[in-house]
Amino acid sequence: MRTESKLGLALLLTPLLLWLALLIFIPQVDVFLVSLRERIGVGQYQTSLANYLTFFNEPLYLWTFLRTAMMSIVATLITLLIAFPVSYYIAKMIKGRMQSALFLLCLVPFWVSELVRTFGWMILLRETGVFSNILQFVGLASGPVEMLYNDGAIMVGLVYTSMLFMVVPLVTTLESLPDEVVEAGYDLGGNGLSVLREIIVPHAMPGIVSGCIVVFMLSLGNYLTPTMLGGKESLWFTELIYSQFIVRFNWELGAAFGFLLLMLSSVIVWGMLKLTGQSLEKTMG
Amino acid sequence: MTPDLECTHLTKRFGDTAAVDSVSFSVPPGSFFSILGPSGCGKTTIMRMIAGFLEPSEGDIQIKGKSVLSVAPNKRPVNMVFQHLALFPMMNIADNIGYGLRRAGLPKTEIDQKVGEALERIGLPGIGLRKVDELSGGQKQRVAIARCMVLEPDVLLLDEPLGALDLKLREHMKIELKSLQSAFDTTFVYITHDQSEALVMSDNIAVMNNGRFEQMGSARELYYRPDTAFVAGFVGDTNRWRGRISKKDGQNIELQTESGMMLRGATHGRPLALGEQADMFVRPEAIRIAHSKDDLAVFDNQISGQVTSLLFNGAASRVLVRGEGLQDEIEVNLPQSGEFASLNKGSDVHIGWSSDQGNCFAAGTV
Repeated sequence: MRTESKLGLALLLTPLLLWLALLIFIPQVDVFLVSLRERIGVGQYQTSLANYLTFFNEPLYLWTFLRTAMMSIVATLITLLIAFPVSYYIAKMIKGRMQSALFLLCLVPFWVSELVRTFGWMILLRETGVFSNILQFVGLASGPVEMLYNDGAIMVGLVYTSMLFMVVPLVTTLESLPDEVVEAGYDLGGNGLSVLREIIVPHAMPGIVSGCIVVFMLSLGNYLTPTMLGGKESLWFTELIYSQFIVRFNWELGAAFGFLLLMLSSVIVWGMLKLTGQSLEKTMG
Repeated sequence: MTPDLECTHLTKRFGDTAAVDSVSFSVPPGSFFSILGPSGCGKTTIMRMIAGFLEPSEGDIQIKGKSVLSVAPNKRPVNMVFQHLALFPMMNIADNIGYGLRRAGLPKTEIDQKVGEALERIGLPGIGLRKVDELSGGQKQRVAIARCMVLEPDVLLLDEPLGALDLKLREHMKIELKSLQSAFDTTFVYITHDQSEALVMSDNIAVMNNGRFEQMGSARELYYRPDTAFVAGFVGDTNRWRGRISKKDGQNIELQTESGMMLRGATHGRPLALGEQADMFVRPEAIRIAHSKDDLAVFDNQISGQVTSLLFNGAASRVLVRGEGLQDEIEVNLPQSGEFASLNKGSDVHIGWSSDQGNCFAAGTV
């Protein structure tokens, strides 16, 4: 019986372990090893930290790196601010069929590929696009207005792409908050603000943190949205990685960038957990 | 003396249906008032209107003589113990109890002192730093009450707070709630569907059905002198027969049931006429069981028959008796004094009760 159950466990774990090893662990280790190589001649390499030094010595790389982190944090916060009331409304204010219908509406955009959705935004925002035409028609603008290719457009795109990943964990945690706990908050003398601060937000904390982690990681690693809505000059870190690998064919530097991005997201997620006093088990479990 | 809580013609309509239909009552200071009714009778709606979570369609709610209709729930001098207690799981016990005081803007030292006193009062000193889920069901119950009582409300509302507890603890908490009420000397309004909770704890009970109060009175009044057939059926256990009134002599009537039983009962002042259909209610504990007919000479209802079932339940054991040549089974309390220990299925027994114990009502739909 014991050996049988051990065999069963091993068989069940095999796909997971294979997946983790082949798709995550081995590639990351390889990326790390590649990042430590320095090309000194045709087909000749030596181990060094030269790629990392290049990164720290080139202000543009460093600037892009920090800018990507900051923009992702801001995008995460904006997503949270928009998603929280939406989730509260879906989870607590309405019941029954309307609830599932609204939840489904949040999901609907994700039936279309991210590429198509981003093109949708381009149609709205470009110089000859819908918004520009409306503004001219109403008389608020005298000529065509270009709303694409700036940080605002990137932000809109990032928030839009991430919304669902914030709404789902928030709705789940808020739904588990019994109505009578909120009512008790009011009954004992609380007002809207204090009930929100002392009862609703602390209860929703695991959902807030897990939503923020997912949205932050998605924004940080997003390539499509910043490139399409921000244009060539959008200075997104994933673009740097892409161009090192594909355009410059400098795999060593690209690998170093990739590894730095992994470090960055790990540090920020760790910091976020520490700051909110949550643990990974609590937020993901 | 102004009553602590007074509701006049309180009505709440949801669409066309009236969940609460013109209910009036008043609760004197320091008393324990219960609203007893089956689920869906509108008792929770009354509670939520008093707490301020629902607005009445008509009528007025006065607390200590002042109408509170235009007062928001967080400003009303009433607090509520919720069905599932609704303790705040994100706070420790002291923060739970101190929540209302913090909202009222009291200084921290005063809050700490009051929380300490409250914990002392409920017999759980020193648990302030524990988490909510570390407490047992009964302890949570007491914390939920303390959380309200530190605010010194004029009226404390309790919405079936014992429902989630197991039987043994429920029995214990009944007594404890009653003693907490006299310790805090506050008016309690308690709603429940459990008659024994209401009977044990209350000074006054209102029995509610279909949005209306059927009867209001002390536990004894409801038990011995129900005003309506619903109250007779809902409060306590009872045998119930329907039949035609075949004889009437002042308060005393004879009822001929469809299966042919002849029963004697009393109208207790209700207008019932000869030939009318009526329901008679007789409590199992009002029926005497005996081995010999002679022991029952004082009773004007006497039936001889066989035991068809023994329902053993300790002190609340019953037997079902079927009369000679009859179909109906009569539920009778079985005294546990030993003389009926040998009773078995099929044993011959004699039962009897006085006509005064047979409450008759005009046959209704209930």
